[in-house]
Amino acid sequence: MRDLSGQNHYHSAVRATPFYEKQKAVDLVNTWHRWQGYTVPDVLDNVTVEYFAIRNSASVFDITPMSKYRIKGPDALAFMNRLLPRDMTKLRVGRVGYTVWCDDEGMVIDDGTVFRVAEDEYWLCAQERQLEVLKRNAIGFQIEYAEITDEVAALSFQGPVTCKILKNAGFAGIETMKMFDLRFFDFPGGEIMISRSGYTGDLGYEVWVQNDQAEAIWDTLFEAGKHYDIRAIGGDALEIARVEAGLIAAHVEFSPANETVRPGHAKSPYELGLGWLVKLDKGVVFNGRRALMKEKKNGSRHRFVKLDVEGNKTACNAYLFDKKHGKQIGHVSSTAWAPTAKKNIALGFVDMPHGEIGTEVWAEIYYMKELKWNTRWAKCTVMKDAAWNPPRKTLTPPADF
Amino acid sequence: MTDMSNTTYDSIIIGGGHNGLVCAAYLAKAGKRVLVLEARGEIGGAANTMTFCDGWKVSPCAHYLNQLNSTVRRDLNLTSHGLKMAGSDISTIALDPEGDHLFLSDQGASGAGISANDAASYRRFMKLMHQYSTTLGFLVDLPPIDIFNPDWDDKVAALKLGWNVRIGLGAEKMSEFLRMVGMNIYDVLDDEFDNPTLKGALAFDAVLGTHTGPRSPGSVLTFLYRLVAGTDGAVELPEGGMGAVTSAMAKAATGFGATIKTGARVASVIVENCVATGVVLDNGATYSATHIISNADPKTTVMDIVGPRHFEADFVKRVDNIRMRGNAAKLHIALKSLPRFTNLSAEQLRSRLLIAPTHDDVERAFNHAKYGEASANPMMEISIPSIDDETLCDEGHVLSAIVQYAPYTLKGGWTEAAKDNFRNACIDRIARYAPDIRDHIEAAELVTPADLEQRYGMRGGNWHHGELTLDQMLMLRPAPEASRYALPLDGLYLCGAGAHPGGGVMGAAGKNAAKTILSEGRS
Repeated sequence: MRDLSGQNHYHSAVRATPFYEKQKAVDLVNTWHRWQGYTVPDVLDNVTVEYFAIRNSASVFDITPMSKYRIKGPDALAFMNRLLPRDMTKLRVGRVGYTVWCDDEGMVIDDGTVFRVAEDEYWLCAQERQLEVLKRNAIGFQIEYAEITDEVAALSFQGPVTCKILKNAGFAGIETMKMFDLRFFDFPGGEIMISRSGYTGDLGYEVWVQNDQAEAIWDTLFEAGKHYDIRAIGGDALEIARVEAGLIAAHVEFSPANETVRPGHAKSPYELGLGWLVKLDKGVVFNGRRALMKEKKNGSRHRFVKLDVEGNKTACNAYLFDKKHGKQIGHVSSTAWAPTAKKNIALGFVDMPHGEIGTEVWAEIYYMKELKWNTRWAKCTVMKDAAWNPPRKTLTPPADF
Repeated sequence: MTDMSNTTYDSIIIGGGHNGLVCAAYLAKAGKRVLVLEARGEIGGAANTMTFCDGWKVSPCAHYLNQLNSTVRRDLNLTSHGLKMAGSDISTIALDPEGDHLFLSDQGASGAGISANDAASYRRFMKLMHQYSTTLGFLVDLPPIDIFNPDWDDKVAALKLGWNVRIGLGAEKMSEFLRMVGMNIYDVLDDEFDNPTLKGALAFDAVLGTHTGPRSPGSVLTFLYRLVAGTDGAVELPEGGMGAVTSAMAKAATGFGATIKTGARVASVIVENCVATGVVLDNGATYSATHIISNADPKTTVMDIVGPRHFEADFVKRVDNIRMRGNAAKLHIALKSLPRFTNLSAEQLRSRLLIAPTHDDVERAFNHAKYGEASANPMMEISIPSIDDETLCDEGHVLSAIVQYAPYTLKGGWTEAAKDNFRNACIDRIARYAPDIRDHIEAAELVTPADLEQRYGMRGGNWHHGELTLDQMLMLRPAPEASRYALPLDGLYLCGAGAHPGGGVMGAAGKNAAKTILSEGRS
């Protein structure tokens, strides 16, 4: 890529992450897309091979474009506790939490992970840009906040042998990290942060480094993993894994409330199946509290469902019905053939009170064969859990290979 | 810490300004146990009477009563509590430096070479304004209509509004109303009149107490607001100054059983489990109540007294964005004797005297304010209340003037030198109309918006606790989530001018807040 540093930035609206050259070196297919201003691969080699690296060995995915923020100051805890519906007094230093955050109407702005790196310091990692949200939330709090998206390079390192590889790479004690622990490790050029977290529903870590340590950490992982089928992957493989794990995505499962202009088009945490994140009784005010109390009392409009779809046709963009040719009650938001769970699955939304666990809904699936459209009705069963939720996700220490 | 046992009330009102006192009176009248906590040594807030020079007293903020809510006056029987008018139906004289003054009253306009055509236009224009005012007037006495979740009362009010505008005014006047209401007064005056003195006077009335010039959008609305939210344009002078009004209100409140404590500065509101349950004074004393009602402006209430962390972020952002830029100063002059105004008799000095030669002059005066400067040629509303009210000074007279524009955020700040300069500029300005005034001056005081903020706690020195513009009125005042007196924190309410229907010594916000609280649980 041409030099876009300094004043040359305007030559392109696409930037390279610090891992760009490393990824380009193993790229066989040249399929990339723009993600928050950075170019990232959809596929580097073959999506099936890359997917199975997530589930069967070790996958490396560049998450540098994720929006990252540092929040620091004497009011950091109070600030996070007002921003997030979770009870943040429960998140100790050295822990990571998955969370959503809402506007005053109780509608989800975004979801992400919050890292308590020190008593008075948090990192927030989000799908969408959050600077304006932080700005309005900071009024009246003694904190400083900064966007560190471009300063911190990050890799998602996911798969059953990742712990072993990190151990091989010399990150001593990595096997004692529990799910959602974070720890700092010595590394040439300065401490780096490793958290046991991810977006695959599997054993995995996220590695957070300074930009100038990026290539070194990449080389370190690949060297330590060379006998363990470590593989760089693109976004397409990750998409299959996250649907299989039943995880939501912004602009897919929900329209971020602060960008949504049409009334009723945003969703609440309850409607995203994330009511467990909302602690109405935590004793302090948080954004959306009053609206969510009302929703809790009066009921939600929609229910998030994980569906096991009959047959082998993915229910891509399908409407959902209460019965075959029945009343339309919702829609499918994400689909995948789940290779490990060996299921045709879908994520979607149905109007309340439909969609209780174990009940059936119907999808009218349109699919194309050699440019000819066909339609098929498929019975879908509402699953209790995600299609893929293995014990190794949380097992500590992870299996040694 | 004082003991908690006998410090529990139904309602605690933070601030004993006129709205706080009115709210207290209504609540106490309904049998509630009410405590008013006033930070200053005396009640009334900015609606008081103050000694500014040994032997001379003045109303330090508003000096005329033109918006006192008639329901409040009647319900609280303020007359029986000692409220007396030293002057009523006060007419207006728009001053001319050459002495060719313009005389304005409800009956019409004369002088200043006004043409028969303009005089007729003036009568017609004022009649139309009064009609509009009558059409909208009922909105003042109601909480703003809840358009998202209307109850029966809201629906009735909405129907009444529709009926008044469409049927009451009729098609022609309705369309004229809709044409004019969003306009600036400058263009309207150019449409209607030729006489520059008349246009100057009306332009000034439209922008009095605001951070707008005649050409600013919404200045027709502020002109109308003076009539709508008031006594339909009638101007009165309370005997004993504005303090007499609040003193009568306080007597009404205590008469109904409310307790008023002065020198009791609320440091913070106690919030337990997301509910406002009491207050802490700066001396550490605490008081509990089920209703904590703030007479302070919305920004001070949310940002300082309660604290932003007890509210959700979008609401805080909206409150933070409320515009409350004070731009009017007060000039108080202790006069040894009455000065001579060119071509005016002593009797005529009973009138409201305006210095606002043309509407262009008013706009030019505002230009300075936009850029953080005080007007080089300030505009004024002058009152010499001591002519009708002997209680204000032992000898001599008091001149009280509202002066525009004097921006709160003056470049370089309101230093003593800056105040001296502006005070002299104001006196020079008056001297163009009353050349011998300097010989009569015993002392003069300039009260800037910064002083008003410091003395009375009104942020930005804004008299109205929030500028009166369309985006800060009705269901948008002070913010959509708080327009019906209850703030989005359980147990916390607003009763001051920052809530609908806004500022001026009116008392309607205090009354409406009390009525809203009393009707809780009924609907």
